[in-house]
Amino acid sequence: MTHTPHRLEIENASIGYGEKVVMRDLSFQVPHGARVAVVGPNGAGKSTLFKALVGILPLQSGRILIHGESLGTHKDCVAYIPQREDVDWRFPVTVSDVVMMGRFGQLGWFHRPSKMDKQLVRKSMEQMGIADLAERSIGQLSGGQQQRVFLARAIAQEPHILLMDEPFTGVDVTTQETTLNLLDHLRSQHVTTIVSTHDLNLAASRFDLVLLINHKLIAYGTPREVFVSENLAQAFGNSLLVMENGMMLVDECCPPDEEHHQHAEAK
Amino acid sequence: MNWLLAPLAYQFMQRGLLASVIVGVLCAVMGTYVVLRGMAFLGDAMAHAILPGVAIAYIFKGDLLLGAGIAAVAVALAIGLFSKDGAVKEDTAIGILFAAALSLGVALISSMQTYAVDLSHILFGNVLGVSPSDLWMIAGLSLAILLTVGLLFKPFLVISFDPVLAATLRLPAELLRNLMLVLLALTVVVSLQTVGVSLAAAMLVTPAATAYLLTRRLFPMMLVSALIGALSSIIGLYLSYYFNIVSGSAIVLTATLFFLLAFLWKRIRGT
Repeated sequence: MTHTPHRLEIENASIGYGEKVVMRDLSFQVPHGARVAVVGPNGAGKSTLFKALVGILPLQSGRILIHGESLGTHKDCVAYIPQREDVDWRFPVTVSDVVMMGRFGQLGWFHRPSKMDKQLVRKSMEQMGIADLAERSIGQLSGGQQQRVFLARAIAQEPHILLMDEPFTGVDVTTQETTLNLLDHLRSQHVTTIVSTHDLNLAASRFDLVLLINHKLIAYGTPREVFVSENLAQAFGNSLLVMENGMMLVDECCPPDEEHHQHAEAK
Repeated sequence: MNWLLAPLAYQFMQRGLLASVIVGVLCAVMGTYVVLRGMAFLGDAMAHAILPGVAIAYIFKGDLLLGAGIAAVAVALAIGLFSKDGAVKEDTAIGILFAAALSLGVALISSMQTYAVDLSHILFGNVLGVSPSDLWMIAGLSLAILLTVGLLFKPFLVISFDPVLAATLRLPAELLRNLMLVLLALTVVVSLQTVGVSLAAAMLVTPAATAYLLTRRLFPMMLVSALIGALSSIIGLYLSYYFNIVSGSAIVLTATLFFLLAFLWKRIRGT
Protein backbone atom coordinates (compact mmCIF):
# COMPACT_ATOMS: atom_id res chain seq x y z
CA MET A 1 0.00 0.00 0.00
CA THR A 2 1.42 3.36 -0.93
CA HIS A 3 1.17 5.95 1.75
CA THR A 4 1.43 9.67 1.13
CA PRO A 5 2.70 11.19 4.33
CA HIS A 6 0.80 14.10 5.70
CA ARG A 7 2.60 17.40 5.66
CA LEU A 8 2.56 17.53 9.44
CA GLU A 9 1.66 14.88 12.00
CA ILE A 10 1.60 15.26 15.75
CA GLU A 11 1.36 11.97 17.63
CA ASN A 12 0.53 11.79 21.34
CA ALA A 13 2.63 14.85 22.06
CA SER A 14 2.95 16.11 25.63
CA ILE A 15 4.62 19.48 25.90
CA GLY A 16 5.70 21.54 28.88
CA TYR A 17 8.46 23.13 30.87
CA GLY A 18 10.44 20.91 33.21
CA GLU A 19 7.96 18.91 35.32
CA LYS A 20 4.99 21.02 34.29
CA VAL A 21 2.80 19.71 31.48
CA VAL A 22 1.07 22.44 29.47
CA MET A 23 -0.29 20.29 26.66
CA ARG A 24 -1.23 16.67 27.25
CA ASP A 25 -1.40 13.87 24.71
CA LEU A 26 -2.09 15.97 21.62
CA SER A 27 -2.59 14.23 18.27
CA PHE A 28 -3.61 15.77 14.96
CA GLN A 29 -2.64 15.69 11.30
CA VAL A 30 -2.45 18.52 8.82
CA PRO A 31 -2.77 17.69 5.11
CA HIS A 32 -0.72 19.24 2.33
CA GLY A 33 -1.40 22.95 1.84
CA ALA A 34 -4.16 23.24 4.45
CA ARG A 35 -4.80 26.38 6.46
CA VAL A 36 -5.30 25.72 10.16
CA ALA A 37 -6.45 28.12 12.86
CA VAL A 38 -5.37 27.31 16.41
CA VAL A 39 -7.88 28.64 18.94
CA GLY A 40 -8.35 28.33 22.64
CA PRO A 41 -8.57 30.51 25.74
CA ASN A 42 -5.63 32.47 27.10
CA GLY A 43 -2.99 30.21 28.57
CA ALA A 44 -4.41 27.19 26.76
CA GLY A 45 -0.97 26.33 25.42
CA LYS A 46 -1.09 27.86 21.95
CA SER A 47 2.35 29.46 22.15
CA THR A 48 3.73 26.35 23.84
CA LEU A 49 2.47 24.23 20.95
CA PHE A 50 4.15 26.61 18.48
CA LYS A 51 7.43 26.42 20.36
CA ALA A 52 7.31 22.63 20.13
CA LEU A 53 6.48 22.75 16.40
CA VAL A 54 9.43 25.07 15.80
CA GLY A 55 11.68 22.80 17.83
CA ILE A 56 12.78 25.15 20.62
CA LEU A 57 10.80 23.22 23.23
CA PRO A 58 11.52 19.48 23.27
CA LEU A 59 8.55 17.13 23.59
CA GLN A 60 8.09 15.36 26.92
CA SER A 61 6.66 12.42 25.01
CA GLY A 62 5.19 11.63 21.62
CA ARG A 63 6.54 12.82 18.30
CA ILE A 64 6.18 15.36 15.51
CA LEU A 65 6.62 14.27 11.90
CA ILE A 66 7.05 16.50 8.87
CA HIS A 67 6.69 14.76 5.51
CA GLY A 68 6.74 11.56 7.53
CA GLU A 69 10.14 12.31 9.03
CA SER A 70 10.95 13.51 12.51
CA LEU A 71 11.36 17.19 13.32
CA GLY A 72 14.83 18.42 12.51
CA THR A 73 15.43 16.23 9.47
CA HIS A 74 14.38 19.02 7.16
CA LYS A 75 16.45 22.09 7.57
CA ASP A 76 14.41 25.04 6.55
CA CYS A 77 10.95 23.97 5.68
CA VAL A 78 9.35 25.53 8.76
CA ALA A 79 9.13 29.31 9.00
CA TYR A 80 7.87 31.12 12.06
CA ILE A 81 6.48 34.60 12.59
CA PRO A 82 7.26 35.51 16.20
CA GLN A 83 4.98 37.55 18.43
CA ARG A 84 6.09 41.16 18.30
CA GLU A 85 7.10 41.36 21.95
CA ASP A 86 9.56 38.50 21.44
CA VAL A 87 11.77 40.55 19.11
CA ASP A 88 14.51 42.96 20.20
CA TRP A 89 13.52 45.97 18.09
CA ARG A 90 16.60 47.92 19.12
CA PHE A 91 18.97 45.44 17.50
CA PRO A 92 21.05 47.14 14.77
CA VAL A 93 19.57 45.53 11.67
CA THR A 94 17.71 47.04 8.72
CA VAL A 95 14.55 45.72 7.12
CA SER A 96 16.48 44.11 4.26
CA ASP A 97 18.93 42.53 6.75
CA VAL A 98 16.05 40.80 8.52
CA VAL A 99 14.43 39.61 5.29
CA MET A 100 17.82 38.31 4.08
CA MET A 101 18.01 36.16 7.21
CA GLY A 102 15.25 34.11 5.60
CA ARG A 103 17.85 32.99 3.05
CA PHE A 104 20.44 31.91 5.62
CA GLY A 105 19.08 28.36 5.74
CA GLN A 106 19.80 27.96 2.02
CA LEU A 107 23.05 29.88 2.15
CA GLY A 108 24.65 27.92 4.94
CA TRP A 109 27.12 29.46 7.34
CA PHE A 110 29.75 30.84 5.04
CA HIS A 111 28.27 31.68 1.63
CA ARG A 112 27.49 35.21 0.61
CA PRO A 113 24.03 36.01 -0.78
CA SER A 114 23.85 35.53 -4.55
CA LYS A 115 22.03 37.76 -7.01
CA MET A 116 19.11 35.35 -6.86
CA ASP A 117 18.91 35.64 -3.07
CA LYS A 118 18.90 39.41 -3.31
CA GLN A 119 16.15 39.33 -5.94
CA LEU A 120 14.05 37.05 -3.81
CA VAL A 121 14.48 39.35 -0.82
CA ARG A 122 13.48 42.33 -2.97
CA LYS A 123 10.42 40.52 -4.29
CA SER A 124 9.34 39.44 -0.80
CA MET A 125 9.59 43.02 0.45
CA GLU A 126 7.59 44.29 -2.53
CA GLN A 127 4.91 41.69 -1.95
CA MET A 128 4.54 42.91 1.64
CA GLY A 129 4.62 46.58 0.61
CA ILE A 130 7.78 47.43 2.53
CA ALA A 131 10.30 47.72 -0.33
CA ASP A 132 10.61 51.46 0.23
CA LEU A 133 11.57 50.83 3.87
CA ALA A 134 14.41 48.41 2.98
CA GLU A 135 17.20 50.50 4.49
CA ARG A 136 15.31 51.59 7.62
CA SER A 137 16.19 50.27 11.05
CA ILE A 138 13.52 47.87 12.24
CA GLY A 139 13.08 49.98 15.38
CA GLN A 140 11.81 52.93 13.32
CA LEU A 141 8.81 51.06 11.92
CA SER A 142 5.20 50.98 13.06
CA GLY A 143 3.83 47.80 14.61
CA GLY A 144 2.12 46.70 11.41
CA GLN A 145 5.21 47.38 9.30
CA GLN A 146 7.30 45.39 11.76
CA GLN A 147 5.03 42.40 11.34
CA ARG A 148 5.19 42.70 7.56
CA VAL A 149 9.01 42.56 7.77
CA PHE A 150 8.77 39.15 9.38
CA LEU A 151 6.11 38.04 6.88
CA ALA A 152 8.49 39.06 4.08
CA ARG A 153 11.25 37.07 5.75
CA ALA A 154 8.99 34.04 5.91
CA ILE A 155 8.25 34.33 2.16
CA ALA A 156 11.97 34.65 1.40
CA GLN A 157 12.53 31.48 3.38
CA GLU A 158 10.30 29.56 0.88
CA PRO A 159 8.92 27.31 3.63
CA HIS A 160 6.61 24.33 3.31
CA ILE A 161 5.01 25.11 6.64
CA LEU A 162 4.44 28.60 8.03
CA LEU A 163 3.61 29.15 11.71
CA MET A 164 2.15 32.47 12.85
CA ASP A 165 1.55 33.26 16.50
CA GLU A 166 -1.26 35.80 16.88
CA PRO A 167 -0.63 37.77 13.66
CA PHE A 168 -4.00 39.53 13.94
CA THR A 169 -3.61 40.84 17.47
CA GLY A 170 -2.83 44.51 17.87
CA VAL A 171 -2.07 45.34 14.23
CA ASP A 172 -3.63 47.89 11.89
CA VAL A 173 -6.23 46.98 9.27
CA THR A 174 -3.72 47.23 6.40
CA THR A 175 -1.47 44.66 8.01
CA GLN A 176 -4.39 42.39 8.81
CA GLU A 177 -5.51 42.58 5.17
CA THR A 178 -1.93 42.04 3.88
CA THR A 179 -1.60 39.03 6.16
CA LEU A 180 -4.86 37.53 4.91
CA ASN A 181 -3.85 38.17 1.30
CA LEU A 182 -0.54 36.48 2.03
CA LEU A 183 -2.42 33.45 3.36
CA ASP A 184 -4.32 33.27 0.07
CA HIS A 185 -1.10 33.60 -1.90
CA LEU A 186 0.56 30.89 0.16
CA ARG A 187 -2.37 28.57 -0.43
CA SER A 188 -1.77 28.93 -4.18
CA GLN A 189 1.85 27.90 -3.50
CA HIS A 190 0.64 24.85 -1.50
CA VAL A 191 2.25 26.13 1.70
CA THR A 192 0.70 24.76 4.87
CA THR A 193 -0.12 27.56 7.32
CA ILE A 194 -0.87 27.24 11.01
CA VAL A 195 -2.09 30.41 12.68
CA SER A 196 -3.08 31.05 16.26
CA THR A 197 -5.78 33.63 16.78
CA HIS A 198 -8.28 34.98 19.28
CA ASP A 199 -10.68 35.92 16.53
CA LEU A 200 -13.12 33.01 16.35
CA ASN A 201 -15.12 34.54 13.51
CA LEU A 202 -12.00 34.94 11.42
CA ALA A 203 -11.07 31.35 12.20
CA ALA A 204 -14.54 30.25 11.11
CA SER A 205 -14.60 32.25 7.89
CA ARG A 206 -11.06 32.16 6.52
CA PHE A 207 -9.64 28.78 7.55
CA ASP A 208 -10.04 25.19 6.30
CA LEU A 209 -9.47 23.58 9.65
CA VAL A 210 -9.72 24.65 13.26
CA LEU A 211 -7.73 23.18 16.15
CA LEU A 212 -9.50 23.93 19.41
CA ILE A 213 -7.31 23.35 22.45
CA ASN A 214 -7.29 23.93 26.16
CA HIS A 215 -4.29 22.07 27.58
CA LYS A 216 -5.50 19.16 25.47
CA LEU A 217 -7.23 18.62 22.18
CA ILE A 218 -10.90 19.57 22.39
CA ALA A 219 -11.85 19.41 18.75
CA TYR A 220 -10.18 19.36 15.35
CA GLY A 221 -11.88 19.57 11.99
CA THR A 222 -13.68 21.99 9.71
CA PRO A 223 -15.00 25.17 11.38
CA ARG A 224 -18.54 23.81 11.06
CA GLU A 225 -17.59 20.63 12.93
CA VAL A 226 -15.54 22.36 15.60
CA PHE A 227 -17.60 25.42 16.40
CA VAL A 228 -20.51 23.71 18.09
CA SER A 229 -21.68 24.90 21.47
CA GLU A 230 -20.58 21.74 23.27
CA ASN A 231 -16.94 22.15 22.17
CA LEU A 232 -16.90 25.86 22.79
CA ALA A 233 -18.32 25.45 26.28
CA GLN A 234 -15.64 22.88 27.02
CA ALA A 235 -12.87 25.20 25.83
CA PHE A 236 -14.02 28.58 27.05
CA GLY A 237 -16.46 27.74 29.85
CA ASN A 238 -18.97 30.50 30.37
CA SER A 239 -16.69 33.25 29.09
CA LEU A 240 -18.11 32.71 25.59
CA LEU A 241 -21.20 34.35 24.24
CA VAL A 242 -22.77 33.21 20.98
CA MET A 243 -24.99 35.87 19.47
CA GLU A 244 -28.20 35.05 17.64
CA ASN A 245 -26.68 35.84 14.26
CA GLY A 246 -23.90 33.34 14.93
CA MET A 247 -21.29 35.89 16.06
CA MET A 248 -19.07 34.60 18.81
CA LEU A 249 -17.70 36.80 21.57
CA VAL A 250 -15.07 35.75 24.06
CA ASP A 251 -14.92 37.58 27.34
CA GLU A 252 -11.41 37.19 28.69
CA CYS A 253 -10.99 40.18 30.86
CA CYS A 254 -8.87 38.64 33.56
CA PRO A 255 -7.17 35.58 32.19
CA PRO A 256 -4.36 33.65 33.85
CA ASP A 257 -1.96 35.36 31.47
CA GLU A 258 0.80 32.76 31.34
CA GLU A 259 1.61 33.25 27.73
CA HIS A 260 1.52 37.04 27.63
CA HIS A 261 -1.32 36.98 25.19
CA GLN A 262 -2.98 40.29 24.86
CA HIS A 263 -6.63 40.57 25.61
CA ALA A 264 -8.61 40.50 22.40
CA GLU A 265 -12.17 39.83 21.54
CA ALA A 266 -13.69 38.43 18.44
CA LYS A 267 -15.27 40.90 16.11
CA MET B 1 55.29 66.41 14.80
CA ASN B 2 58.08 65.80 17.20
CA TRP B 3 55.76 65.20 20.12
CA LEU B 4 54.09 62.44 18.14
CA LEU B 5 57.32 60.67 17.30
CA ALA B 6 59.26 61.21 20.50
CA PRO B 7 57.63 58.40 22.49
CA LEU B 8 58.20 55.97 19.63
CA ALA B 9 61.95 56.29 20.03
CA TYR B 10 61.61 53.70 22.79
CA GLN B 11 61.07 50.13 21.68
CA PHE B 12 58.88 49.35 24.68
CA MET B 13 56.63 52.24 23.63
CA GLN B 14 56.36 50.86 20.09
CA ARG B 15 55.41 47.45 21.41
CA GLY B 16 53.03 48.96 23.94
CA LEU B 17 51.31 51.00 21.26
CA LEU B 18 50.91 48.03 18.92
CA ALA B 19 49.60 45.82 21.71
CA SER B 20 47.09 48.46 22.85
CA VAL B 21 45.77 49.02 19.36
CA ILE B 22 45.33 45.29 18.73
CA VAL B 23 43.58 44.82 22.08
CA GLY B 24 41.51 47.96 21.52
CA VAL B 25 40.22 46.60 18.22
CA LEU B 26 39.65 43.09 19.56
CA CYS B 27 37.71 44.21 22.63
CA ALA B 28 35.68 46.62 20.54
CA VAL B 29 34.60 43.91 18.09
CA MET B 30 33.77 41.30 20.74
CA GLY B 31 32.13 44.11 22.69
CA THR B 32 29.41 44.53 20.05
CA TYR B 33 28.08 41.10 21.08
CA VAL B 34 28.51 41.94 24.76
CA VAL B 35 26.43 45.10 24.34
CA LEU B 36 23.78 43.61 22.05
CA ARG B 37 23.33 40.40 24.01
CA GLY B 38 23.33 42.13 27.38
CA MET B 39 26.45 40.31 28.58
CA ALA B 40 28.16 43.32 30.21
CA PHE B 41 27.93 41.80 33.67
CA LEU B 42 29.34 38.52 32.38
CA GLY B 43 32.25 40.32 30.71
CA ASP B 44 33.04 42.10 33.96
CA ALA B 45 32.82 38.85 35.91
CA MET B 46 35.00 37.04 33.39
CA ALA B 47 37.65 39.74 33.70
CA HIS B 48 37.81 39.43 37.48
CA ALA B 49 37.48 35.68 37.45
CA ILE B 50 40.86 35.23 35.79
CA LEU B 51 42.62 36.99 38.65
CA PRO B 52 43.44 33.86 40.71
CA GLY B 53 44.83 32.14 37.61
CA VAL B 54 47.05 35.10 36.91
CA ALA B 55 48.16 35.26 40.54
CA ILE B 56 49.09 31.58 40.65
CA ALA B 57 51.00 31.88 37.39
CA TYR B 58 52.74 34.96 38.77
CA ILE B 59 53.78 33.24 42.01
CA PHE B 60 55.15 30.19 40.21
CA LYS B 61 56.70 32.31 37.45
CA GLY B 62 54.49 30.53 34.92
CA ASP B 63 52.88 31.94 31.83
CA LEU B 64 50.34 34.63 32.79
CA LEU B 65 48.17 34.14 29.72
CA LEU B 66 47.98 30.41 30.30
CA GLY B 67 47.04 30.86 33.95
CA ALA B 68 44.39 33.40 33.00
CA GLY B 69 43.00 31.15 30.28
CA ILE B 70 42.65 28.17 32.61
CA ALA B 71 40.95 30.29 35.27
CA ALA B 72 38.52 31.77 32.74
CA VAL B 73 37.43 28.37 31.47
CA ALA B 74 37.11 27.02 35.04
CA VAL B 75 34.86 29.90 36.07
CA ALA B 76 32.76 29.67 32.91
CA LEU B 77 32.20 25.96 33.60
CA ALA B 78 31.39 26.66 37.27
CA ILE B 79 28.79 29.25 36.26
CA GLY B 80 27.21 26.63 34.00
CA LEU B 81 27.25 24.06 36.84
CA PHE B 82 25.66 26.28 39.49
CA SER B 83 22.96 27.61 37.20
CA LYS B 84 22.17 24.24 35.63
CA ASP B 85 18.51 23.20 35.95
CA GLY B 86 17.81 26.56 37.57
CA ALA B 87 19.52 25.75 40.92
CA VAL B 88 20.30 29.44 41.18
CA LYS B 89 19.79 32.06 38.48
CA GLU B 90 22.69 32.63 36.12
CA ASP B 91 23.39 36.20 37.20
CA THR B 92 23.41 35.05 40.83
CA ALA B 93 25.93 32.33 39.99
CA ILE B 94 28.04 34.90 38.15
CA GLY B 95 27.86 37.28 41.11
CA ILE B 96 29.00 34.63 43.59
CA LEU B 97 31.88 33.35 41.47
CA PHE B 98 32.99 36.82 40.44
CA ALA B 99 33.37 37.91 44.07
CA ALA B 100 34.95 34.62 45.11
CA ALA B 101 37.51 34.66 42.30
CA LEU B 102 38.40 38.30 42.95
CA SER B 103 38.89 37.62 46.65
CA LEU B 104 40.95 34.51 46.01
CA GLY B 105 43.10 36.42 43.54
CA VAL B 106 43.73 39.30 45.91
CA ALA B 107 44.43 36.87 48.78
CA LEU B 108 47.03 35.05 46.67
CA ILE B 109 48.66 38.26 45.52
CA SER B 110 48.71 39.72 49.03
CA SER B 111 51.00 36.84 50.06
CA MET B 112 53.67 38.23 47.75
CA GLN B 113 56.23 40.72 48.96
CA THR B 114 55.87 43.11 46.06
CA TYR B 115 52.14 43.10 46.67
CA ALA B 116 51.20 46.67 45.73
CA VAL B 117 53.09 46.88 42.45
CA ASP B 118 52.08 43.42 41.28
CA LEU B 119 48.44 43.96 42.10
CA SER B 120 48.30 47.24 40.24
CA HIS B 121 49.93 45.65 37.18
CA ILE B 122 47.41 42.86 37.13
CA LEU B 123 44.43 45.09 37.84
CA PHE B 124 45.32 47.98 35.58
CA GLY B 125 47.74 46.47 33.10
CA ASN B 126 51.36 47.21 32.35
CA VAL B 127 51.41 48.12 28.73
CA LEU B 128 55.04 49.24 28.81
CA GLY B 129 56.11 45.81 30.01
CA VAL B 130 54.95 44.03 26.84
CA SER B 131 57.79 41.79 25.67
CA PRO B 132 58.27 40.80 22.01
CA SER B 133 56.95 37.31 22.74
CA ASP B 134 53.92 38.79 24.55
CA LEU B 135 53.25 40.90 21.48
CA TRP B 136 53.31 37.85 19.18
CA MET B 137 50.96 36.03 21.54
CA ILE B 138 48.55 38.97 21.64
CA ALA B 139 48.64 39.40 17.87
CA GLY B 140 48.19 35.69 17.16
CA LEU B 141 45.30 35.14 19.56
CA SER B 142 43.56 38.33 18.45
CA LEU B 143 43.81 37.35 14.80
CA ALA B 144 42.37 33.91 15.58
CA ILE B 145 39.45 35.40 17.52
CA LEU B 146 38.67 38.03 14.87
CA LEU B 147 38.83 35.44 12.09
CA THR B 148 36.39 33.22 13.99
CA VAL B 149 34.01 36.15 14.44
CA GLY B 150 34.29 36.95 10.73
CA LEU B 151 33.64 33.37 9.65
CA LEU B 152 30.69 32.91 12.01
CA PHE B 153 29.19 36.35 11.36
CA LYS B 154 25.86 34.99 10.09
CA PRO B 155 25.25 32.31 12.75
CA PHE B 156 26.28 34.72 15.52
CA LEU B 157 23.91 37.34 14.09
CA VAL B 158 21.02 34.90 14.04
CA ILE B 159 21.51 33.51 17.57
CA SER B 160 21.85 37.07 18.90
CA PHE B 161 18.90 38.60 17.08
CA ASP B 162 16.41 35.77 16.76
CA PRO B 163 16.94 32.54 18.74
CA VAL B 164 13.70 31.15 17.30
CA LEU B 165 14.98 31.52 13.74
CA ALA B 166 18.18 29.84 14.92
CA ALA B 167 16.04 26.93 16.09
CA THR B 168 14.08 26.66 12.83
CA LEU B 169 17.35 26.79 10.87
CA ARG B 170 18.65 24.02 13.16
CA LEU B 171 21.71 26.00 14.17
CA PRO B 172 23.59 24.41 17.08
CA ALA B 173 22.65 27.39 19.24
CA GLU B 174 24.05 25.98 22.49
CA LEU B 175 27.41 25.25 20.89
CA LEU B 176 27.56 28.69 19.28
CA ARG B 177 26.69 30.41 22.57
CA ASN B 178 29.44 28.50 24.37
CA LEU B 179 31.90 29.31 21.61
CA MET B 180 31.03 32.97 22.00
CA LEU B 181 31.74 32.71 25.74
CA VAL B 182 35.11 31.09 25.05
CA LEU B 183 35.97 33.87 22.59
CA LEU B 184 34.94 36.41 25.21
CA ALA B 185 37.13 34.73 27.83
CA LEU B 186 40.10 34.69 25.44
CA THR B 187 39.54 38.36 24.66
CA VAL B 188 39.70 39.22 28.34
CA VAL B 189 42.87 37.16 28.70
CA VAL B 190 44.50 38.93 25.77
CA SER B 191 43.63 42.36 27.17
CA LEU B 192 45.15 41.51 30.54
CA GLN B 193 48.55 42.95 29.72
CA THR B 194 47.45 46.27 28.27
CA VAL B 195 44.41 47.48 30.17
CA GLY B 196 44.42 44.96 32.99
CA VAL B 197 41.70 42.90 34.57
CA SER B 198 39.52 45.64 35.97
CA LEU B 199 39.50 47.80 32.88
CA ALA B 200 39.05 45.05 30.29
CA ALA B 201 35.31 45.08 30.93
CA ALA B 202 35.21 48.79 30.13
CA MET B 203 37.04 48.25 26.84
CA LEU B 204 34.49 45.56 25.97
CA VAL B 205 31.50 47.78 26.62
CA THR B 206 32.38 51.44 26.01
CA PRO B 207 33.55 51.50 22.34
CA ALA B 208 30.74 49.12 21.33
CA ALA B 209 28.11 51.19 23.15
CA THR B 210 29.46 54.30 21.41
CA ALA B 211 29.22 52.61 18.01
CA TYR B 212 25.69 51.46 18.85
CA LEU B 213 24.68 55.12 19.15
CA LEU B 214 26.22 56.01 15.79
CA THR B 215 25.28 53.12 13.49
CA ARG B 216 22.23 51.06 12.62
CA ARG B 217 23.65 47.83 11.21
CA LEU B 218 25.78 45.18 12.89
CA PHE B 219 28.79 45.19 10.57
CA PRO B 220 29.25 49.00 10.49
CA MET B 221 28.75 48.94 14.26
CA MET B 222 31.71 46.56 14.53
CA LEU B 223 33.87 48.73 12.27
CA VAL B 224 33.08 51.96 14.10
CA SER B 225 33.57 50.23 17.43
CA ALA B 226 36.98 48.92 16.29
CA LEU B 227 37.98 52.41 15.12
CA ILE B 228 37.00 53.93 18.47
CA GLY B 229 38.84 51.15 20.31
CA ALA B 230 42.00 51.77 18.28
CA LEU B 231 41.84 55.56 18.58
CA SER B 232 41.21 55.36 22.33
CA SER B 233 44.25 53.13 22.71
CA ILE B 234 46.54 55.45 20.75
CA ILE B 235 45.31 58.70 22.33
CA GLY B 236 45.25 57.10 25.78
CA LEU B 237 48.80 55.89 25.49
CA TYR B 238 50.09 59.32 24.45
CA LEU B 239 48.19 60.91 27.34
CA SER B 240 49.75 58.39 29.66
CA TYR B 241 53.23 59.19 28.30
CA TYR B 242 52.95 62.96 28.55
CA PHE B 243 50.92 63.27 31.75
CA ASN B 244 52.53 60.33 33.48
CA ILE B 245 49.29 58.53 34.34
CA VAL B 246 48.50 54.79 34.29
CA SER B 247 48.01 53.78 30.65
CA GLY B 248 44.97 51.53 31.20
CA SER B 249 43.07 54.33 32.90
CA ALA B 250 44.05 56.82 30.22
CA ILE B 251 42.80 54.47 27.48
CA VAL B 252 39.48 53.78 29.21
CA LEU B 253 38.92 57.48 29.99
CA THR B 254 39.54 58.36 26.33
CA ALA B 255 37.01 55.75 25.26
CA THR B 256 34.54 57.18 27.78
CA LEU B 257 35.05 60.64 26.30
CA PHE B 258 34.18 59.26 22.85
CA PHE B 259 31.03 57.77 24.34
CA LEU B 260 30.01 61.09 25.93
CA LEU B 261 30.60 62.94 22.65
CA ALA B 262 28.52 60.41 20.71
CA PHE B 263 25.77 60.60 23.33
CA LEU B 264 25.68 64.41 23.17
CA TRP B 265 25.80 64.41 19.38
CA LYS B 266 22.90 62.02 19.23
CA ARG B 267 20.90 64.08 21.74
CA ILE B 268 21.47 67.35 19.90
CA ARG B 269 20.74 65.83 16.51
CA GLY B 270 17.80 63.78 17.72
CA THR B 271 15.74 66.70 18.98
